[in-house]
Amino acid sequence: MSHHIVEFKNVSFLYPDGTEALRDISFRITHGESVGIIGANGAGKSTLLLHINGYLMPTSGTVNIGDLYLTRQTRQEIRRKVGVVFQNPDDQLFMPTVYEDVAFGPLNLGMDETAVRERVEYALNLVSGLELQNKPPHHLSCGQKSAVAIASVIAVEPDILAMDEPAANLDPRSRRLLINLLKTFEHSKIIASHDLDLIMDVCHRCIVIKEGTVVADGPVMEILTNKKLLEENHLELPLSLQRR
Amino acid sequence: MTFDEKYYNIGFLDQLAYKNTFVHRLDPRAKLIVTLLFLFTVVSFSKYEIAALLPFFLYPMLLMTIGEIPFMFIFKKVVFVSPFAVFIGIFNPLLDSGQVFIFSGLTISAGWLSFFSILIKFTLTVSTALLLVATTSFPGVCHALRQLGVPSLFVSQLLFLYRYIFVLMEETMCIVRARNMRSYGERGKDIRIFVRIVGILFIRTVERAERIYYAMLSRGFQGDMPSLKRFHIKTGDIVFALSVAVFLYFFRFYPATQILGRFVQGVFS
Repeated sequence: MSHHIVEFKNVSFLYPDGTEALRDISFRITHGESVGIIGANGAGKSTLLLHINGYLMPTSGTVNIGDLYLTRQTRQEIRRKVGVVFQNPDDQLFMPTVYEDVAFGPLNLGMDETAVRERVEYALNLVSGLELQNKPPHHLSCGQKSAVAIASVIAVEPDILAMDEPAANLDPRSRRLLINLLKTFEHSKIIASHDLDLIMDVCHRCIVIKEGTVVADGPVMEILTNKKLLEENHLELPLSLQRR
Repeated sequence: MTFDEKYYNIGFLDQLAYKNTFVHRLDPRAKLIVTLLFLFTVVSFSKYEIAALLPFFLYPMLLMTIGEIPFMFIFKKVVFVSPFAVFIGIFNPLLDSGQVFIFSGLTISAGWLSFFSILIKFTLTVSTALLLVATTSFPGVCHALRQLGVPSLFVSQLLFLYRYIFVLMEETMCIVRARNMRSYGERGKDIRIFVRIVGILFIRTVERAERIYYAMLSRGFQGDMPSLKRFHIKTGDIVFALSVAVFLYFFRFYPATQILGRFVQGVFS
């Protein structure tokens, strides 16, 4: 079994317009860990996620995913290992029907049709969206869209799951279902979110990012109870810890 | 009609495709080929032909009845685009002033004949094309095109067009609403504001395209859209295609209305 690690070593990234989005960032996430990435708006969370499967290449430093160093040659291999779920499901669901969308990844892996069907049904079943399979994405509600977006990533059976604001736009019940679902996954998980309660429920570890650098990295309960640290980063205590 | 109403109206066309009737179950390829055949046959008539075109209404009418597509829906759509056909033919009565004899004592100009012929051909072709989409769904038509050998690049463009036209419309709808809510009267409806809205939409579209491309890449896209083979030609499809072909051939090459007319005359005399 390969080790599903994610390791950033002194990674910096400059956008073409000169904005420095990541500055000398280093961390290591080991197999099966679930990690929350939090920080103010514009702190670099999304840029960081874009590095995890090689959409952006670091300006300096190295990214190591499951014992593969990220280069232009290993990108395709890395994309099989890392599934990314985007904030806006409309960006993720680009095929005309739900079934075809979930089948997109497996088909690209060159699987045959019966195997693809099994994968799609398994993945849709997991997010309880099997009855949506013949619908076009624009007839789905927001919660259904996010569920399908997650299924479309799970269908590729990635080792590592990266998510950007998975619960944005979800109603409380859909959000709760999503949290329960995420808890059942044994993948390594990396979740960037402002929903600190979700992070607290799903993750064991938390990394705080500020202006492109890691300012804190530790067990989730330790970080999410540190009021001073959170407030310095435009955050506040998780709602469930605010009750007095 | 406001923008909101139009938006929901477009969505209705593909909800019709969810039905499960004989017409909906037919193989999309069969329906596509038959529709093309129908269009070519209708267009191939001479420009003064009217009587021989009338039997062709049978085909869209049958599709509509068996496929349970509401008549008014198709009718409204046809009327909506009809100005194009009307403008093409409107000057025919003036330009083409040759006299044509219809009944004893009644003559009209050949221009009127060709004008009505254009309108009939227009109604037949547009309603059949709409019925194809309403009974097959747009993606269904695209897959049929792909399997009939149309290049993948072209078909995927069509699929993306279909997928994102709704997203783009939703985005436009939000911007238009936001503008209307804060324009308190007419000032905000200025053309310059409109130009800016179009600009913003364009920028958002480019950004979205980039995110979509990223989503495709992260699921293993390497330049080729995979397609699923899902259709299998059944006997029903062949029977359908052949019978429509025979129907088209018969009404194209035999003056069916005249034969029927003579027959009726014979019965009464």
